[in-house]
Amino acid sequence: MLSIRNINTHYGNIHALKGISLEVKQGEIVTLIGSNGAGKSTTLGSITGLLKATSGEVWFKGQNITNASPSEIVKMGISLSPEGREVFPALTVEENLQLGAFTRKDKKGIKESYERVYELFPRLFERKKQTAGTLSGGEQQMLAIGRALMSSPQLLLLDEPSLGLAPNLVLMIFELIQSINKQGTTVLLVEQNANMALSIANRGYVLETGKVTLSDDAKALSNNESVRKAYLGHI
Amino acid sequence: MVLQQLSNGLTLGMVYALIAVGYSLVFGILRLVNFSHGSVYAFGAHMAMLFVSMQFGIIPAFILSIVLTGILGIAIDKMALAPLRAKKSKGIAALITTIGISYIIQNVLMITFGSQTKFFPKLFDFGSIYIGGVAFNTTQICISGVSLMLLLILSCVIRYTKVGLAMRAVEQNQKAANLMGIDVNFVVTFTFFLGGASAAIAGTLISGYYQIVYPNMGFVAGLKAFSAAVLGGIGVLYGSIFGGLVVGISESFAAAYLGGSYRDAVAFLILIIVLLIKPTGLFGKKGITKV
Ligand SMILES: Nc1ncnc2c1ncn2[C@@H]1O[C@H](COP(=O)(O)OP(=O)(O)O)[C@@H](O)[C@H]1O
Ligand SMILES: [Mg+2]
Repeated sequence: MLSIRNINTHYGNIHALKGISLEVKQGEIVTLIGSNGAGKSTTLGSITGLLKATSGEVWFKGQNITNASPSEIVKMGISLSPEGREVFPALTVEENLQLGAFTRKDKKGIKESYERVYELFPRLFERKKQTAGTLSGGEQQMLAIGRALMSSPQLLLLDEPSLGLAPNLVLMIFELIQSINKQGTTVLLVEQNANMALSIANRGYVLETGKVTLSDDAKALSNNESVRKAYLGHI
Repeated sequence: MVLQQLSNGLTLGMVYALIAVGYSLVFGILRLVNFSHGSVYAFGAHMAMLFVSMQFGIIPAFILSIVLTGILGIAIDKMALAPLRAKKSKGIAALITTIGISYIIQNVLMITFGSQTKFFPKLFDFGSIYIGGVAFNTTQICISGVSLMLLLILSCVIRYTKVGLAMRAVEQNQKAANLMGIDVNFVVTFTFFLGGASAAIAGTLISGYYQIVYPNMGFVAGLKAFSAAVLGGIGVLYGSIFGGLVVGISESFAAAYLGGSYRDAVAFLILIIVLLIKPTGLFGKKGITKV
C-alpha cells in the first residue's frame, strides 16, 4: 500500500533521513520505533508532504506521491495525527473535527465519519462544544486521532500517541488503535513506547540516526536481543 | 453637545474599526504588523474619487474601489511579502518592507493624482432627522450603519464560513492547518483581500465624510487604527471594533473639550495607558507570538 524507497530528507545542512526504505501493506499495523532524534517524525513528515524529501520516492497505492502537497496527500487517503497533538486550542472539538474533513465534499460521508469518531471516542461527543485547549492531554490525543480519521483515511499515521499519557490512558489509546485497524484502516505507528507498539503491531522497523537498522515481525523484534536492550528497558 | 460629540465619535470610531480590522486580520494570520495598510486605505479613497470623477456613479465607484484595493492587498503580499516568507527571513524584514511599500503607494498616488488636497463628493447626505428634539446627522448615521454592517458581515465570514474556519485554523497553528489540507497561501491571499477591501470602504466613507482626499491621508488614520487594534488586542476582531470606538470617541471629545490640537494625541495616550496596564491589549490573548 505504502512504499518508501530510499528517501533522504534534510533540514538545511542536517541530514535527517539517510536512505530510508519501508513498506506498509493493506490492513497492517506497522510500527516505527527508535530513540529520540532518530528521524521517526521526519519520516512521517516526508510522507505527508510537510517536508520535502531531497531524493528517493514515496509510493501509495501504485502512485508516486513523492513531494505531493499535504492537501493532495490527504485527498489520496493518508492522514497524520502529529506528535504533540497540535489541535487548534481556541476552536471547539467539533470545529477541530470539521477541519479534519476539510478536503471532503461528500456530506453523507462526512456525517458517517463524525459518527465513527464519536463512537470510538464518546468523550469527544460529550465535549464537542468545548474548546480543544480546555481538554485534558488524553482527550486532546483522542481529538488528534479523531481529527485524522475525519478525512476517512486508508492509511493512518500516528506520531507518538502515547506521549505524556498516564499508563491507563496509554492502554486505552492502544486498544483504540487496534479497533481502528480492525475497522479497515491501515496504521503506521511511530512510538518510543516500543513495548506497547510491538505488542499490537504486525511488523516493525527500528530507526537509528536516520537509517533503518532492523526490520522484522513484531514478535521477532520483541525477542531480539539488541532491541530488548535498547528499547524495551531489558524486561 | 455631548450627544453631538458622541455621534461624531461613534462615526469616526466605526471607520477606525474598519481599518483596524485590516491590521488585526493580517496580524492574526502572519504575526506581521502591515504598516502599508494606511496607504492602502488612501489608495482606496483615491480609486473611489477617480471612478466618481469618471461619472461611474457613487455605488459602482465604491465597488470598483473595493475590488481594486483588495487586489492591491493581494499584490503587496504576492510581490513583496510571500517571497520573504518563502526564504524564511526574519519578521523584521517583512515589517520594514511594509513601511517601504507604504511610501511607494503614497508616491505613486502623488505622481498620479498630485499631492494637493482634492474634493470628494459628500456621501449619504439626507439632511438631519430629529428624534425627541435632538438632531441626528444622516451622513453620520449612514456611515456608522454601513461600517457596522460590514463589520458584521466580516465577523460572520470568519465565524460561519469554511474559509473563515480555515483562517482561524491558520491563525492558531499553521503546520496543523497544512496537515488538514488547507491551502495556507490561499488563506493569506484571501486575508489580504479582506484587509484591502475593508480599507477601501473605510477610505471612501471618510473621504465622503470630510469631502477631501490626499495621498498621505492614510498616515494618521492608519496610526490611529493601528492603536485601536493594539488597544483591543491585535488579532482579536471584536477587540479592534471596540478599540476603534474608544479611539474615535476619545478623539471627538478631546477635540471638543480640550481643543483641536489634542485630537490626535488622546488616542495614543489611551493606548499607552492600556498597554502599561495590560500589555496584550484589552481583549488580547496570551502567547500570541507562538508559531
Ligand atoms: N525543524 C528542524 N530543524 C532542524 N533539525 C531538525 C528539525 N526537526 C528535527 N530535526 C533533526 O532531525 C533529526 C530527526 O528528528 P525527528 O524526526 O524529529 O526525530 P524523532 O521523531 O525520531 O524523535 C534530529 O537530529 C533532529 O535534531
Ligand atoms: Mg518525533
